Amino acid sequence: MQTLSVHLLPNTAGCYSVKEAVTTAHMARELFDTPWIKLEVIGHSDTLQPDPFGLVEAAKILCEEGFEVFPYTTEDLVLAERLVEVGCRVLMPWGAPIGSGLGLNNPYGLRSLRHYFPDIPLVVDAGIGLPSHAAQAMELGYDAILLNTAVAKAGDPVQMAKAFALAVEAGRSAYQASPMEPRDMASPSTPVIGKAWL
Amino acid sequence: MKIFYNGDPREVQSTTLDSLLVELGLEGQAVATAVNGDFVPRSLRTQQCLNEEDRIEVVAPMQGG
Repeated sequence: MQTLSVHLLPNTAGCYSVKEAVTTAHMARELFDTPWIKLEVIGHSDTLQPDPFGLVEAAKILCEEGFEVFPYTTEDLVLAERLVEVGCRVLMPWGAPIGSGLGLNNPYGLRSLRHYFPDIPLVVDAGIGLPSHAAQAMELGYDAILLNTAVAKAGDPVQMAKAFALAVEAGRSAYQASPMEPRDMASPSTPVIGKAWL
Repeated sequence: MKIFYNGDPREVQSTTLDSLLVELGLEGQAVATAVNGDFVPRSLRTQQCLNEEDRIEVVAPMQGG
């Protein structure tokens, strides 16, 4: 893996307690020789949603030990503030439960996070099922998408990965191009000047 | 001596962590270790004594998301 010259992001997937997550992070740091760690502290076995309390506690321990913690979190603004306070320099809110493919369940919450953390890299992690979901997240101004299942479970994973790459590029370009404001009423796009009076 | 290796009970002869890895055929492989929930760095495996009913975790890299 080291010969590939790529940044590896080991994770603490499947950990349900602070102790498990911290121990797994230590093991990952030795195995992969990197301070990067995607921190998962799962709080519910059906939804695989993060345990917000354990997440902050584990993030604090690992940040103090010199890890660069990438927390898998919800879109909760107050939780995000706590994670930043304990030293996280990246936030990775879910779009929807892991492996569900439901897309962005709470675009309002994700938009709010982008607004309140303009300088923190934001990654939508989990719940992405289609390239359009990825494009939507990028249009909100997110910096990246983290996904696995949507590609791994596609009939043609290679083609799906290419589709996601195009969607991420399109969404990013759209965000940089400052999209128009939506409005409820129609607004004619053709000038009235020069129109025939019949 | 009975230990739990990655959650499964197992009878082993080894009394230290590094000798256990040899016994399990994992010597020199890219693995990380923990005993009873605490990480044991590679450099400390020779000093890590094993006791009856210890829970040994040996983890190798795998892909995921």
